[in-house]
Amino acid sequence: MSLKAFHLAFISLSVVLTFGFGIWTLTEGSGLYTFYGLFSFISSLALIIYVVKFLKKFRDVSYL
Amino acid sequence: MEVPYTVKPRPDTGLYNAKIGVWLFLASEVMLFGALFSSYILLRMGASSWYVGSEALNVPIGTFNTMVLIVSSVTVVMAWASLRMDDLKKYKMYMGITILLGLVFLVVKILFEYLPKIDHGHVPSEHNFYAIYFVLTGLHALHVIGGLVLNAYLWGPGTKMWETEPEQFTNRIEIAGLYWHFVDIVWIFLFPTIYLL
Repeated sequence: MSLKAFHLAFISLSVVLTFGFGIWTLTEGSGLYTFYGLFSFISSLALIIYVVKFLKKFRDVSYL
Repeated sequence: MEVPYTVKPRPDTGLYNAKIGVWLFLASEVMLFGALFSSYILLRMGASSWYVGSEALNVPIGTFNTMVLIVSSVTVVMAWASLRMDDLKKYKMYMGITILLGLVFLVVKILFEYLPKIDHGHVPSEHNFYAIYFVLTGLHALHVIGGLVLNAYLWGPGTKMWETEPEQFTNRIEIAGLYWHFVDIVWIFLFPTIYLL
């Protein structure tokens, strides 16, 4: 597995973490945690946009 | 004597030797951290009382450090990509940022997590929660230090190889990047397990 493939796996896990953390903050319910949750959802979205751009840029690099 | 398959892939594996080597090493690391995560689960299941991670630990600091490591994984990939595009200057910049982010992680961990906890008497002997917290995060921090030493070498004196063996040097950065990603992935599992649950 190349660094490209491992990076994709890592970013996918990070998306799951940031999204999951956002959900977790909603269950906590306090004001400051709402801010963290919002930040987390934005991070999740930013990572998805990043991964699409990354895939385009590294189109020619092998997954092995 | 020339060492074979440092650049070209071996016909039987389809990979150059260092890549096989680093994956074997990472497999052993998975077993090490896997055993510790299993210990955490067993200790928690068997305990009559257990701390809630989000109440006992500093979630904002943990979140900040998570973001630091995610960004550092992006910069280490950019460092590798810069070499593939023959841009040593950009490589130096991205690898330098990766090293700085690793240092930020460690400084924040020590100054804002370990020291205040020790000051308040939250030491491993207090409860199994703190014992497994210090063991897991401490071992992870040691891995970050190991990665920093490797990255600093490849950023500094190790760069000389670029002049004589550019392809092999690029492969070395890929190997260092794979290790750095492993360290980051461990944190991605560690953060929700210890800090949130």
